Amino acid sequence: MLFGRQLRIGIWLLAAAVGLLLSIFLAVSYGAKELTLAAVWSAVWHYNPDLTAHQIVHDLRLPRVLGAVVTGMAFGAAGAMMQGVTRNPMADTGILGINAGSAAVVALSFAFLPQISYSRLMLLSFAGAALATLLIVLLGSATPGGLTSMKLTIAGAVIAAMLHSFSTGVAIYFDLSQDLAFWYAGGVSGVTWAQLKLMTPVIMLAIMWAMLLGRPITFLSLGDESAVNLGINVRYIRVMALTVVVILAGVSVSAAGSISFVGLVVPHMARRLIGVDYRAVIPLSALLGAVLLVWADFASRMVQPPREFAIGAMVAIVGVPFFLYLARREGREL
Amino acid sequence: MNIHHIRLQRARRAWLVSMILLLIAVIAILISLNTGTIRLSPLRVLYTLLGLGTRQEHMIMFDYRLPRIVITILAGAGIAVAGAILQGTSRNSLADPGVLGIHAGAGLGLIIFVSFFRTMEGSVSVLIPLFTFTGGVVTALIIFLLSYDRQRGILPIRMILVGIAISAGISAVTLLLSLKLDEDTYTFTATWLAGSVWARDWIHVWTLLPWIVLILPWVYWRSRYLDLFTLGDELASGIGSQVNRSRISLMLLAVALSSASVAMVGSIGFIGLIAPHMARQLAGAQHRYFLPAAALLGVVILLAADTVGRSIFQPNAVPAGVVVAAIGGPYFLYLLFKKY
Repeated sequence: MLFGRQLRIGIWLLAAAVGLLLSIFLAVSYGAKELTLAAVWSAVWHYNPDLTAHQIVHDLRLPRVLGAVVTGMAFGAAGAMMQGVTRNPMADTGILGINAGSAAVVALSFAFLPQISYSRLMLLSFAGAALATLLIVLLGSATPGGLTSMKLTIAGAVIAAMLHSFSTGVAIYFDLSQDLAFWYAGGVSGVTWAQLKLMTPVIMLAIMWAMLLGRPITFLSLGDESAVNLGINVRYIRVMALTVVVILAGVSVSAAGSISFVGLVVPHMARRLIGVDYRAVIPLSALLGAVLLVWADFASRMVQPPREFAIGAMVAIVGVPFFLYLARREGREL
Repeated sequence: MNIHHIRLQRARRAWLVSMILLLIAVIAILISLNTGTIRLSPLRVLYTLLGLGTRQEHMIMFDYRLPRIVITILAGAGIAVAGAILQGTSRNSLADPGVLGIHAGAGLGLIIFVSFFRTMEGSVSVLIPLFTFTGGVVTALIIFLLSYDRQRGILPIRMILVGIAISAGISAVTLLLSLKLDEDTYTFTATWLAGSVWARDWIHVWTLLPWIVLILPWVYWRSRYLDLFTLGDELASGIGSQVNRSRISLMLLAVALSSASVAMVGSIGFIGLIAPHMARQLAGAQHRYFLPAAALLGVVILLAADTVGRSIFQPNAVPAGVVVAAIGGPYFLYLLFKKY
């Protein structure tokens, strides 16, 4: 029985990984100029800077698709951890305002420090994410009797709206308005190789750290009492998990802007597929998040080529119905 | 101290509050007229109004500042009263047309209008409020259906949550549609969603004016029903109010007010939340007392936000919606944690 479950987890993880690889190849091949799979293959493994097709793959498509993969992984894993730790099925770094906090700081640093290096920007982005997280945690602990998950969600959404409108104001005031679409809904179209080299190891390490926390998070997701009885230091695990969430959200927002709903939708799918063991839910959420974002990015440049549609809005079109379904289900207990 | 005396006292207080707010509103209008690259002092404003100003002053005042200010005044009053009605009819103190997503629906209507007529200027823009109203009504309908529970009626917290989500979804669809049109419309939509007063022509004033000046007195006349709703459905129907019919008609009026207003000033949230709450504190809880105060507060807040947005942050203007959100957001959180 135990073996059967592990087999099932393994199969789903493998399937998601294969799906991700296929999605990547598809997204790299199709676009304003269609390329054959063979051309993509040779561009990746035998890069020849003289060929236009190779240039398109190497300079335009591959960075943005890989950017979507990495940020999708980060948002997916962060959402899974937040849902596990807060036991709030509607938790997501976008909805709860963590992404917006990070985006606000990024907007500010674009305005005041336009020459800032990407590694510094990433650190500032962490700081923004950490501040927003702190604000939400404080609001939660300041309320006697704790927050119901719906109330926390509303509070987070309002904080997100405020920070978002602040970022928009900064962008308009400092004439960053050509990047307004970026602030509005995020996008991976601007991801560069240099950014990828920096953010990929950070995100991969953070996801591994998250998987190490998978066991205690599973117990936490069952309730504080049972976690304490099983010998888990609840406070410590919670702080650790939120730290990882802040790192994941901070890095991905600094590269792709604030994208909501990935971290909301994906963990629910993962739990439906393989159960509540977060050691498996976190990696599967990461893989599925990557698939979702690659497709969203693909769709956002295919709706009206050569124009680009905001990727965040693309994800929202999928995410909102799902959110409504969850709100309706959760509302029963209200 | 008998009951008549108390009633008289309350009425007097509401009257006083409204007068003070009216005075503040007039001062705000004068400051707003005086703000800009070329300044117009109150005295010069008076001269220009009497037709004694220079040609340049005349042009600045009547072609640039005044239409924008009149639109801001009308929209501020409209959104504030819409918020008051929504709060009264749904007995949800957090209700606000922006947070509930009605503004997002109106925005969708606006973009559909643009895709039909390809312009937002000229006489055809008289039709804009019809489109935004349709968008707002459809959105409101969706929100109420989704937050309705068969046993317990409309659930306040769920209504807010559904509204936030619907707002995000509809904004996304609106952006998608606007991108399908052209690059400029896309940028316009993004700034519209941030809440900027874009309408600057007299034709937009004449478009918005009938909606506000016809609906506001009507709502004031029906304000007794709003008081009945705050007592609860059972009591209201016991007293003899036809609960559901007057509730639906009042909600439609609220949607009409807010969608017509945001058609001209962009998706501005939180005014419909703050203005009625402050007015209630100042002028008393009965609707006939605080509705005028709420409308005036809406005018003052929106006018101040627009003036601050276009003056302090020179040379670039910050949308009024951004300024309002900076005050309105914390207030919303305060209410959320105080009441629920």
